[in-house]
Amino acid sequence: MSTATAAPNYELIQQEGLDTGLLEISMGPHHPSTHGVFRMDVKLDGETVVDLRPVFGYLHRNHEKLAENMSYLSSMPFTDRLDYFNSMTNNWAYALACEQMIEVEVPERAEHLRVIMAELTRLVNHVSLVGFFINDLGALGTPLMYAFREREKILDLFEKASGARMMCNYFRFGGLRNDVPEGWLGECRELVERFPAFLDEYEQLLCENEIILSRTQGVGVLSRELAISAGITGPMLRASGVNYDLRKVDKYGIYGRFKFRVPYGEEGDCYDRFMVRMLEMYESLEILEQALDAIEPGPVMGNAPRVFKPKAQESYGRIEGPKGELGFYLIADGKPQPYRYRVRPPSLVNLTVLRDLCIGGKIADAVIILGSIDIVLGEVDR
Amino acid sequence: MSELSHEPVLEKFPEAEWDEAAGAVIVPVAQAREMAEWLLGKGVDYCSNVTGVDYLEREVKEKVTQEDGTVETITKTEPGRIDVVYHLYSMQNKTGPLVLKQRTTRGGAEVASLMPVWRSCELQEREVFDLFGVNFTGHPDLRRLLMWDEFEGHPMRKDYVEPFDYEWEPTPHDEIFEKHKKGKVIV
Repeated sequence: MSTATAAPNYELIQQEGLDTGLLEISMGPHHPSTHGVFRMDVKLDGETVVDLRPVFGYLHRNHEKLAENMSYLSSMPFTDRLDYFNSMTNNWAYALACEQMIEVEVPERAEHLRVIMAELTRLVNHVSLVGFFINDLGALGTPLMYAFREREKILDLFEKASGARMMCNYFRFGGLRNDVPEGWLGECRELVERFPAFLDEYEQLLCENEIILSRTQGVGVLSRELAISAGITGPMLRASGVNYDLRKVDKYGIYGRFKFRVPYGEEGDCYDRFMVRMLEMYESLEILEQALDAIEPGPVMGNAPRVFKPKAQESYGRIEGPKGELGFYLIADGKPQPYRYRVRPPSLVNLTVLRDLCIGGKIADAVIILGSIDIVLGEVDR
Repeated sequence: MSELSHEPVLEKFPEAEWDEAAGAVIVPVAQAREMAEWLLGKGVDYCSNVTGVDYLEREVKEKVTQEDGTVETITKTEPGRIDVVYHLYSMQNKTGPLVLKQRTTRGGAEVASLMPVWRSCELQEREVFDLFGVNFTGHPDLRRLLMWDEFEGHPMRKDYVEPFDYEWEPTPHDEIFEKHKKGKVIV
């Protein structure tokens, strides 16, 4: 086994005359810091984490089996429920995998709206992640409410466009379900113009805060080699210094046309993971501005067949979701249902390194490390 | 993104097959680990997706032209199998994907674990073990991932039927309940 794959071992210090033992704690599934129903079996020596085992499956509903028994389009609303913060990007990944199997051209306006929706989703995800992260650090409530105030504005936009705030179900194979209502683009532009002021304020409040610096810097350092080997994707990978963003690499949709930078960290600690997300929000706003300038009136639905029934083939579509690489692997066998439907969940794969990051640290740091990984249990357990 | 070519892989490992329809390299189980290590050395450093696919035994109708020119339809039985699929990319060269498949039988399914090569297989192979019942040799921590340990069966197999009394739990009834009321049984 290479060095990258070996988990660090911890030696228990035995003191003579003292009866020392390990304390086993089952953290979760109702612990507030686990962001849902996630459990960690932790072994502690005093405050130090000696062993940590993540336990999954509390929210398992076999999403994949459900999708294999219904038509392709019927599982579109179910993808909303995977990562319920980012239903728009989930929709896109699934639509992308399906569009690879048939010949369909997505209209220009739909492509632009897709980018706008995806970047708004990224803002929603990162802004709430940062709020929750500060929450985990002990600043209960206030920063999270600041973040949720901004998130609310974006959810209002989603509601006006798709009719739902979180379970949007907005994408279709070959385009979008409906065009945005009149005046929506103006409202969106107003939000994009106002957002940097909020970000600056937030950054001023948090990024140089002494408590945040001392609690996150040097905590949960993820090395570049381990990050690549463990298949870490998204902001977490980039925080470890790997410049790998599918918007740049795959250039899916029309991302090739936009000018934006990919922020990445140097140390790979919790602070870098937090900062990469803060910086990514500025880049999302850049993309949003360009997309809002370039969008023109037109149809939003291509000439996709009404009954989606691809020939026997396989396809793997992946996009850069806010949490990492979200992939859909589909096998068609000529029937209206997929023969095999698989979701590649970024949250689950990013949890591979949780044990490595936590061992040897303090139990309070385990909470921050989990917060900085950014998981949603709807996607981890599926 | 440029594609990862499968031709050098097939040159190096002549026993591996190329499945044109699926666009995948089918590698014999005995060679999978060796091939994975070779690929890692060639810069394929990122294993994105690991999953299983279950194929039941089925009858395939095939048209065969006889020597005298008549066309006959023959029914053949295709044995059931399980494919374990790996989607590989190269992060340093920004190429991909290369699809790798290990093929095994449905009964006593067993393939080689690629977790020692790509750590990202750790949880995903556990999931395949859990939902498809495929044994990964060389996986250091092969336990159920999503279902609980006492669970029987593998739900993602195509012939899985869930039990009728799925959520049945013994609760005090009748005789036991009477005893309980008298305070003889402490539940």
